[in-house]
Amino acid sequence: MADQNLVENDEPLLVAKSLSKSFGRIAACRDASFSLYPGEVLAIVGESGSGKSTLLQMLSGQLAASSGHVSYRMRDGITRDLATLGEAERRFLFRTDWGFVHQDPAQGLRMAVSAGANVGERLMAVGWNHYGRIRDTASDWLTRVEIDTARIDDTPRTYSGGMRQRLQIARNLVTEPRLVFMDEPTGGLDVSVQARLLDLLRSLVAELHLAVVIVTHDLAVARLLSHRVMVMKGGRVIETGLTDQVLDDPREPYTQLLVSSILPP
Amino acid sequence: MNAPAYNFAYLDEQTKRMIRRAILKAIAIPGYQVPFASREMPMPYGWGTGGVQVTAAILGPQDVLKVIDQGSDDTTNAISIRKFFAKTAGVATTTATDEATVIQTRHRIPETSLHANQVLVYQVPIPEPLRFLEPRETETRRMHALAEYGLMHVKLYEDIARFGHIATAYAYPVKVNARYVMDPSPTPKFDNPKMDNCPALQLFGAGREKRIYAIPPYTQVVSLDFEDHPFEPYRFNAPCALCAAENSYLDEIVTDDKGGRMFVCSDTDYCEGRQAAGHHGSLSAAPYKEKAQEASNG
Repeated sequence: MADQNLVENDEPLLVAKSLSKSFGRIAACRDASFSLYPGEVLAIVGESGSGKSTLLQMLSGQLAASSGHVSYRMRDGITRDLATLGEAERRFLFRTDWGFVHQDPAQGLRMAVSAGANVGERLMAVGWNHYGRIRDTASDWLTRVEIDTARIDDTPRTYSGGMRQRLQIARNLVTEPRLVFMDEPTGGLDVSVQARLLDLLRSLVAELHLAVVIVTHDLAVARLLSHRVMVMKGGRVIETGLTDQVLDDPREPYTQLLVSSILPP
Repeated sequence: MNAPAYNFAYLDEQTKRMIRRAILKAIAIPGYQVPFASREMPMPYGWGTGGVQVTAAILGPQDVLKVIDQGSDDTTNAISIRKFFAKTAGVATTTATDEATVIQTRHRIPETSLHANQVLVYQVPIPEPLRFLEPRETETRRMHALAEYGLMHVKLYEDIARFGHIATAYAYPVKVNARYVMDPSPTPKFDNPKMDNCPALQLFGAGREKRIYAIPPYTQVVSLDFEDHPFEPYRFNAPCALCAAENSYLDEIVTDDKGGRMFVCSDTDYCEGRQAAGHHGSLSAAPYKEKAQEASNG
């Protein structure tokens, strides 16, 4: 069992090979390549318009790349090119083995249905048909993301921004995905709520052995959560390495600028 | 002077041909919503423009037509549609479920079980069962195509979370032939079991939404539910006040402003048939009771 785990961790979960995307004459992302291993957290940092979100959309199969490939190791151990998956397979992957945490919780949640149903939706989509079990699992997950279970029947409209974001995380993690994409998960939250959310994310990632691709412009988030960092500028990956190494000893002038622009605590 | 002003059954032959093609496709793919070029009919949307077009397309000179509205043969909607086809197609009309070959219905399935030579045509306001859960039509079509129906259970979950039971009482979603989830039009969920394995052909027409769908005879129709909250048809717990039927769907009629009410069969033909056969409810002999009271008082 341990050996098998070792082998599994040895092979990358997600591999991107020279991904590029251009919109007409604008090259939004140029020649991005990397491998992501199980349990690894990769932060993609850079300023607005640097191609972070485009790259994330290509990785998660929402946007077709102009050139290059993304391949993913499925639960059966076979690595497949995302472009060759049928739409049904891709959508199935998206709601079982993957998660996607949007910056705006309204995009990732159903605002008109209760929190319990929001968490339970993925379970029902994979064929759970027992109300009691769905509800138990949902309330279990609400506890794990520190939402009072008394509010399980309230809609996310009545939730604060931080609670919505935590609910979105619970909704994504309920099917125990192996890979989660996050697009600025702490954007728009105040600092203390951010800190709590980051704390929660960090413990969940460790506990569930999640692989995460997190897009952020906040270097503090990258430092707290990620193992590795990719710095993007003008659609290119300009620097990549271990988080501490990149943030403490930046090599590229742009990264130096980025790091030095953080206000000292 | 008296030359008929309309083609047989109002619609022109090309239109009927187009509708028949949609109907054939709908029968071939049970529960699938087939788009069709819905015409303007001489009645407002919401009054059965879809059902009328389907009826017009399948009606032949030999057919006997019955039209019901909420189970009743004598409401405005039912009478005007019946008259419409009596005038434009010259077909025989009836109120007896047994005698009819085509039954156009709004919101009910007759109590008398249907037989193999009948067609039941439903008037459908909203054909898309996922409409209020997913507003994008492009997305709902994709969900149907990929049979992604988890969202339908989200609605039922919400019902139980809010009310403690599945509170959807009409337009209760069904799965047809183990493939498509379908809105059975706003029939009470009491009628859902009648759709399953029904010997008659069931056609659904939505005029404003421009969709036709169908359940071929003897097709499996399953009402969606949870294992621990199974589907249950709902019925007022009372006998019909006119015919004492214990198993028919009832209308509640408020009789005064002091909380008085009576429950009567919503299917008027069924109720009248039972009364003619000698069944009496608690209020069916009311005129005589009044007379008896007057006599005893006087």
